[in-house]
Amino acid sequence: MKKLINSADSVVTDALAGMAEAHPGLRVDRDNKVVYRRQGPTPGKVGLVSGGGSGHEPLHAGFVGYGMLDAACPGEIFTSPVPDQVMTATQGVDGGAGVLHIVKNYTGDVMNFEMAAELCAEEGIEVTSVLVNDDVAVKDSLYTAGRRGTGATVFVEKIAGALAETGASLAEVARIGGQVNTLSRSFGVALSPCTVPAAGKPTFDLSDNEIELGIGIHGEPGRTRAPAAPARELARIAMDAVHADLPLSGDTLVMVNGMGGTPLIELYVVFAEVAAYLREKGASPTRSLVGNYITSLDMQGFSVTVCRLTDELTRLWDAPVQTPALRWGR
Amino acid sequence: MDAKFFTAWIEETARVIAANRDHLTRLDAAIGDADHGTNLDRGFAAVREALAARPAGTPGDVLTLTGTTLIRKVGGASGPLYGTAFRQMGTALNAAAQPAPPPADAPPPGNAGAVPPAGDAGTTTAPGAEGVTAPAGGGEVTLSELAAAFEAALAGVRRLGGAAEGDKTMVDALAPATRALAVAANGGMKPEEALDAALAAAEEGAQATIPLQARKGRASYLGERSIGHKDPGAASTALIFAALRAVAAG
Repeated sequence: MKKLINSADSVVTDALAGMAEAHPGLRVDRDNKVVYRRQGPTPGKVGLVSGGGSGHEPLHAGFVGYGMLDAACPGEIFTSPVPDQVMTATQGVDGGAGVLHIVKNYTGDVMNFEMAAELCAEEGIEVTSVLVNDDVAVKDSLYTAGRRGTGATVFVEKIAGALAETGASLAEVARIGGQVNTLSRSFGVALSPCTVPAAGKPTFDLSDNEIELGIGIHGEPGRTRAPAAPARELARIAMDAVHADLPLSGDTLVMVNGMGGTPLIELYVVFAEVAAYLREKGASPTRSLVGNYITSLDMQGFSVTVCRLTDELTRLWDAPVQTPALRWGR
Repeated sequence: MDAKFFTAWIEETARVIAANRDHLTRLDAAIGDADHGTNLDRGFAAVREALAARPAGTPGDVLTLTGTTLIRKVGGASGPLYGTAFRQMGTALNAAAQPAPPPADAPPPGNAGAVPPAGDAGTTTAPGAEGVTAPAGGGEVTLSELAAAFEAALAGVRRLGGAAEGDKTMVDALAPATRALAVAANGGMKPEEALDAALAAAEEGAQATIPLQARKGRASYLGERSIGHKDPGAASTALIFAALRAVAAG
């Protein structure tokens, strides 16, 4: 398998070196593997820290900057960061108003962030967590680890980040983050597996005429395998799953996200179908994102995330943001 | 079993995990995210360095340093879970090595002969907890103390991960192996025989995860499609018992 890497062991640190060179607005601590805003903590502002396994770029480090995160902790590929990393990041962004951890719901992420939060509490830093679990492909029951955190993470980071810039309290920032998660749902479809550099082989086998429905963002197979179908049908399958779980109406924020190996033109083909579906249900795609925002290395496919907007959420979505991967209005 | 023995166990574990790195990663690719072998290998390599840099005093210190290093280096779920397991073992062994403070009207320590009840093992953090066997002397760990330490490890893993037996996790290997060790220790078996029994139980438990549907961790996202694959965490737990058996055999 061909990869643009120097060695499988150094992918994460080599990429961090590149981010540091490319984005002067960031400060990259390569030893501790933490990415900060260049100017450091803003006194009196709630700090936002997120993190998770690498391989989902631009998530999370690409969302560090004004209006979104204060720091991100990238773990190894598809492996959550360790508690030391999260604690270092939390200490580094604490401006005295407390720190919000934005955590995707995976067993490892939850454990490592909880351990870090306990260590921070011992140091006297107030930490609250928002857990993102928007993926409708997984049933939230006693028989699973609960729903995965996927596309809604981007919305939570943007909207909670915007509120934090206004000087809102930790409780308010945590509330809005939780509200975005509650109002958002996602579903993913893969046309191909991905290849983890250290493994060197695709994570599963898929023939030319098959797809995986209900995939996550770690190259794991989905809930079911199905015959390949036109974009219109795949968009409908994804949107039916979302709509069945959270009836769609009114204004919505919609992301059609590429899994890393999908041409943008195909994502726009999907977006047209998603928008048509929303209108058919009496909803409208008031705000949108089309592109690679939360990826699974080189996987081909897409995920769709829909958030039902309130006036407050729309205002916060529109607020200025200046990060490597999202920037507008400033 | 002294600090040298436990250091040898961890070094052998590092060797066995490295030798089985790709195998564990392949198991994980089937129902998880294809990194279990590489993550554990990275973690135990770091543990080997940490032990070399800081020769440990007691058996408990060896295992506590092992656990702390795994938590700091591995990430994912396996870092906190294995890290907690080794730290709980370390705490239990160090507690067992402390002479119990003699209560005013109690007989002198050293002849209590009791293993802490299984239900309490996970919460044994206070040195010199009641009912703990006095040390056999010179940092030597008895089979009963080792069995109690594994019970503490199991309790810690279950508390952190919330998994029960049958959920298709490392608990499916750790729980039966821990039980087998306790039975062997109570039955007065020799250490080699007891560790044979523990290893057999761990391997059997790992094998028995194949027909199970995962209810915890990433494999649970697959629902019924997780059936038919061995759980990578149960497989690595069996390897850790294999390393323990190998070191006891000398």
